[in-house]
Amino acid sequence: MSTTVADLHDHHDDHGPAKGIGRWLFSTNHKDIGTMYLVFSLVMFFVGGAMAMVIRSELAIPGLQFVHPEFYNSMTTMHALIMIFGGVMPAFVGLANWMIPLMVGAPDMALPRMNNWSFWILPVAFSILLSTLFMPGGAPAGGWTMYPPLVLQTGDAFPYLIFAIHLMGISSIMGAINVIVTIINMRAPEMTLLKMPMFVWTWLITAYLLIAVMPVLAGAVTMLLTDQFFGTSFFLAAGGGDPVMFQHIFWFFGHPEVYIMILPAFGVVSEIIPTFSRKKLFGHDSMVYAAASIAFLSFIVWAHHMFTVGMPLSGQLFFMFATMLIAVPTGVKVFNWVATMWRGAMTFETPMLFSLAFVFLFTIGGFSGLMLAAAPADIQYHDTYFVVAHFHYVLVPGSIFAIMAAVYYWLPKWTGHMYNETLGKAHFWASTIFVNLTFFPMHFLGLAGMPRRIPDYSTQFTDFNTVASIGALGFGLSQLIFVWVIVTAWKGSKATDRVWEGAHGLEWTVPSPAPYHTFETPPKARIAGEAFE
Amino acid sequence: MIRKSFLSLLACCFAGTANADWALNMPRGITDLSVETYNIHMMVFWWCVAIGIVVFGVMIVSLFRHRKSQGVKPATFSHSTTAEVIWTIIPVVILMLIAIPVAETMIKLEDSRDPDLSIVVTAYQWKWHYKYQDEGIDFYSSLARPSLEARRKESGIDPNAVDNYLREVDRPVVVPRDAKVRLLLTSNDVVHSWYVPELAIKKDTIPGIVNEAWFKAKEVGTYRGQCAELCGKDHGYMPIVVEVVEPDAFRAWVDARKEGAARVARNQ
Ligand code: HEM
Ligand SMILES: [Cu+2]
Ligand SMILES: [Cu+2]
Repeated sequence: MSTTVADLHDHHDDHGPAKGIGRWLFSTNHKDIGTMYLVFSLVMFFVGGAMAMVIRSELAIPGLQFVHPEFYNSMTTMHALIMIFGGVMPAFVGLANWMIPLMVGAPDMALPRMNNWSFWILPVAFSILLSTLFMPGGAPAGGWTMYPPLVLQTGDAFPYLIFAIHLMGISSIMGAINVIVTIINMRAPEMTLLKMPMFVWTWLITAYLLIAVMPVLAGAVTMLLTDQFFGTSFFLAAGGGDPVMFQHIFWFFGHPEVYIMILPAFGVVSEIIPTFSRKKLFGHDSMVYAAASIAFLSFIVWAHHMFTVGMPLSGQLFFMFATMLIAVPTGVKVFNWVATMWRGAMTFETPMLFSLAFVFLFTIGGFSGLMLAAAPADIQYHDTYFVVAHFHYVLVPGSIFAIMAAVYYWLPKWTGHMYNETLGKAHFWASTIFVNLTFFPMHFLGLAGMPRRIPDYSTQFTDFNTVASIGALGFGLSQLIFVWVIVTAWKGSKATDRVWEGAHGLEWTVPSPAPYHTFETPPKARIAGEAFE
Repeated sequence: MIRKSFLSLLACCFAGTANADWALNMPRGITDLSVETYNIHMMVFWWCVAIGIVVFGVMIVSLFRHRKSQGVKPATFSHSTTAEVIWTIIPVVILMLIAIPVAETMIKLEDSRDPDLSIVVTAYQWKWHYKYQDEGIDFYSSLARPSLEARRKESGIDPNAVDNYLREVDRPVVVPRDAKVRLLLTSNDVVHSWYVPELAIKKDTIPGIVNEAWFKAKEVGTYRGQCAELCGKDHGYMPIVVEVVEPDAFRAWVDARKEGAARVARNQ
């Protein structure tokens, strides 16, 4: 680690950040941009979270209390779009910006100006999306899946929705290009592909998924746009089009999209569990192959979202078998994490706690995924709260817990200070208890036949809805602890360079806080005592 | 702590199945295929429980025994080809055991040949239209009056005081017991989905497309469901009620309906 510090002191020009707002507006520094992404996503989590609170308040008891059905539908639609495109995805891009250069020993992202551009598009995109709340006809209310013909009934918001999605897509594609170019071209000389850390690997695969499917989404929404305004009939039966074709195109994007949201989470957890088990990641190479097979399979399972549209039997069978197959590499990942812990010497700091909860609760989401894969049973589960329970288990204690684990894990490297561990643990326990209280009862609601996306329900569903609403309120409030921990992190004790006893990897060889510029000359890993294991 | 929360979670699962209460678990339903569907659901569920016990069990043991505070030295192994091959093959075998019976049920689900009765279901924003093809009966079916009044914001009516709140219609679908009923489903506007859990049917109604579904109800009774695909502002207010009656009662109902329709026509 001393070599890199010495390098930094060799030349003194152009080191510190620019002053004032210009530092952020014109930033080409991967750490600043990473920070902006992370702050942006935190804000979006709270905006989307507030919408979730509206939804859960309305559903707490039967009858309409707070909102009208139209607005309720806008809330579910906007909640999903904001959480997916504004929360989870930017959070992972932020982590990629901060950590990939540090983990592969690169001075910055490969395309720094494009990096600035891909970030700054996002606030614009989401301002547009959020502004639709104030438009005649209200915000989009046709669901995040935007099925025609319903979505074509959107009011003035419609073209803004399409434009916002285009912007988000452009931002994601540029971010993905940057990740790929950085990883392929800027690794430290001795870091061969198979020596890369898992977080870098999973992000590389994710970036390819993004480049493959974001244009598909762009195409789908553009066809919606022309159907609405330019007289085409891609999806309009009256003009010879096919509404189901939209669903095929959408889910060809949509299913890889869910893996875009979970693969980087796999990467994070694969970094943290070895650190706190003081043991190498079990089966590093098979983890890479598992992630790659998940990515490949994710392209051929899309119609498991469409078992009720009336597909031919052969199609249903194919998509069912392919979907079941995904459980195999997913299983390999879980087994490897458990094998990493096995006979390790574990400690349970906050990042580890979140990662352990990830393994438990993501697996529960995987189980419900397997149940959903069985087509006849899916006909019962589809579009009920059972599906809502499934995807919230994989996304909240899955993706979002991994994001929070990553923040706790790398925060000392970013700030140079240790966060308050007691508060971190409090945040963990509150989140874990409330997340289960919120989403576990939804399995029962779905099995009993409660459809999703309804503002009011038959009275037999009351009890579990009330429990879920209480859980949701608790979960929302628990996140204030998280903000508090982050805000006060600058006051904690000084962090060492390595931060965690069992930590390995190049990011731990630079000082804490990481200087504004790192690895201006490629690290000689072996000298720094880090054979890239 | 972790173990505790996990155990309570698992306890929830068991509670969910141990008492066959419909509010906790999928209904068995009243057709052969709904029972098969239920069995598939339970089979996959129990596989998940079994896998969960093994995986979480190993993990929990590890969480307690392999901690630094127990003074253990971490082992140094980082892969084992044997283990990895085993835990790739076992899931594949389990999946095949699941997939085969499931595929058999799927084939039966698609076999809508030789129906005794065909009903054309057309979805509208936000009501259903039913047309009995050979009986020459057709009618709209929408949310019943008491629910309609209570559903409004600030209606001042307690939903608990309304019978079958949001699950009652003005005119139910009536079908005879033990008859093979074929539904031909389509839509007049956006995509909806015709969903009745006890019949294990959920089929999308799509403009421009006619979908098929079928059932043979084995028990007389009233079975309730509702639209399952988001279809706009009143998506939550499109209930479905199916009344399964004895064949004689069905004929009587058909005649009465025809009679009624004829009277209405005469009076016009
Ligand atoms: C073992 C792996 C998985 C399997 C077998 C699986 C299977 C399925 C199936 C069959 C559906 C369709 C349910 C329906 O609508 O009827 C579904 C929905 C969904 N899954 Fe998964 N899933 C898995 C993992 C994941 C992961 C890792 C994520 C994301 C992190 C995810 C996110 C979603 C989402 C968001 C939906 C619902 C989308 C919507 O309709 O709005 N799933 N899953
Ligand atoms: Cu999917
Ligand atoms: Cu509907």
